[in-house]
Amino acid sequence: MQFPSRLIEHAVEEISKLPGIGKKTALRLVLHLLKNDVAVSESLANSISRLRQEIQYCEQCHNIADGPQCTICANPRRQHQLICVVEDLPDVLAIENTGQYYGGYHVLGGIISPIDGVGPDELQIESLVNRVAKPDSEIEEVILALSPTMEGDTTAFYLTKKLHPYNVKISAIARGVPIGGELEYADEITLGNSILRRRNYENEH
Amino acid sequence: MYLENISLSCFKNYTENKLEFSADINCILGPNGSGKTNLLDAIHYLSLTKSAFNTIDQQNIQHNCDYFSVRGVFNQGGSRTKVQCSCKTGAKKIVKKDQKVYTRLSDHVGLFPVVLITPYDTDILREGSAVRRKFMDSIISQIDHSYLNNLLRYQRLLNQRNQLLKDFATRQRFDAELIASYDEPMLALMSTISRRRNEFVEQFAPVFQKHYKTISDDQDEVAISYQSEVISEQFKQSFLANHQRDVTLQRTGMGVHRDDLKCTIGKRSIRKFGSQGQQKSFVIAMKLAQFDLVEIHKQFKPILLLDDILDKLDDHRITRLIEMVSSHHFGQIFITDARAERTAVILKQVSSDIRKFMVSNGEATLVENSISRD
Ligand SMILES: Nc1ncnc2c1ncn2[C@@H]1O[C@H](COP(=O)(O)OP(=O)(O)OP(=O)(O)O)[C@@H](O)[C@H]1O
Ligand SMILES: [Mg+2]
Ligand SMILES: [Zn+2]
Repeated sequence: MQFPSRLIEHAVEEISKLPGIGKKTALRLVLHLLKNDVAVSESLANSISRLRQEIQYCEQCHNIADGPQCTICANPRRQHQLICVVEDLPDVLAIENTGQYYGGYHVLGGIISPIDGVGPDELQIESLVNRVAKPDSEIEEVILALSPTMEGDTTAFYLTKKLHPYNVKISAIARGVPIGGELEYADEITLGNSILRRRNYENEH
Repeated sequence: MYLENISLSCFKNYTENKLEFSADINCILGPNGSGKTNLLDAIHYLSLTKSAFNTIDQQNIQHNCDYFSVRGVFNQGGSRTKVQCSCKTGAKKIVKKDQKVYTRLSDHVGLFPVVLITPYDTDILREGSAVRRKFMDSIISQIDHSYLNNLLRYQRLLNQRNQLLKDFATRQRFDAELIASYDEPMLALMSTISRRRNEFVEQFAPVFQKHYKTISDDQDEVAISYQSEVISEQFKQSFLANHQRDVTLQRTGMGVHRDDLKCTIGKRSIRKFGSQGQQKSFVIAMKLAQFDLVEIHKQFKPILLLDDILDKLDDHRITRLIEMVSSHHFGQIFITDARAERTAVILKQVSSDIRKFMVSNGEATLVENSISRD
């Protein structure tokens, strides 16, 4: 792409580094900013730079926070005897949006995958074990909510081994056929798993 | 099951070509280098989503083009399925079935099976165990879908575990719990995979022996057996006891990734002691047994691709094969030959719907459509 100005070229270059944004879209955004008030651009630039400078991660669960502790950890009405272990921040948002969960979290910051250079040391695993192992820990159950992939499974397996010595219940989120989906369209691995791990009907009604 | 037609765009030396096939025999004729094998390879793509000769998809794009596309319609008992395989430069290939894009290519494997017989088949005997595992895996994958998924999972775990062993070495630290997170699922998969392979070879071996007797004219006893350390009762203990060695070697030293097929003639290794002719008969019998096994499991005949075999086999073996063709042992057949006259003579004895295509410089045209039904 040829640009009439080095400034535009540079801006397009920077914006197109964002995920899901190609050069064309980046150019459209740049031209949009140029057409609008200077204040719009300044406010955007300012919010991005403040975001990077001021954002913090919760010292306890590594969720995003405005201070040393996130709003979830700071909330006395949440059930802090429950913690849900997730891979990354979007998972916290997804689970929060279900409106079904009132416990705390622990954000690992990724998943174990030696091929991608990610081992336990690169993740918040030690801090999870420390949270559970603390003598005054009120944690009773750790829920593993990791992706149903091979890497998710090995990470879950590793965490189970690491948490085994402590007196906590370890559970994993259920996997199965999507609600509202038709059985015949479920993939065979999911369907097979749902049948193997079928639940008792009477107990739940 | 047969392939009704195929359309090629920028696939190897084919720029743009559309062909309608016979459900019986299709002869692909033409001089060396004209594109006969490439046409078979395009059919292989539609069946297995990959080339039989070049594992790098990008290299099948015609030089100076930025994509290739192969489309075809399979007919199975009257029901037609459109399959499309395409690849752009710098992108991953896309496979569609009736316009729907596959998210997992492995879902396609086995729907429209092919068996390919080529002059390179003796590599199966001459090369390392990886080739024989591939032979075995590609057949089982076509008849057992969950097998392929297990195999892919195992391969991924193995890669992760090997990288982990390298990391242990560089960091000079061993994490028993971490390696156990790979060992346990791998051990479970290994036992499933080796059981399936063993079961397969038990079914395969007698069919193979029967075909060898027909194809070859010697009386030597041939055998194929499954070799795996995983089968042993103590495997789990040995595998776990091997950690120290794994760390030293920085790779996983035991497992189904070391399995092999033991191929013998008169109780001796066919690779070391078989003559060239015996080796040729051996691999053809393997391929014919592959054909039969896929047919047994699928309840229909796979497509047979015969590349250059008239050129490389002696008269005795050709006669036997043509007898099988005449007796309608096979379904749809594609056969390539650089010498049109020879094919004409050989196929004179066969009464089928035979179509002949002449290939020249990456373009095939129908030259003869001889319908002679019995
Ligand atoms: N990506 C590609 N783009 C263009 N041409 C290609 C490509 N890959 C292979 N070819 C050409 O295809 C030709 C080989 O075709 P093929 O192997 O099908 O020949 P053949 O008819 O089977 O010959 P033979 O009788 O010798 O076996 C070669 O000329 C080769 O250069
Ligand atoms: Mg050829
Ligand atoms: Zn927190």
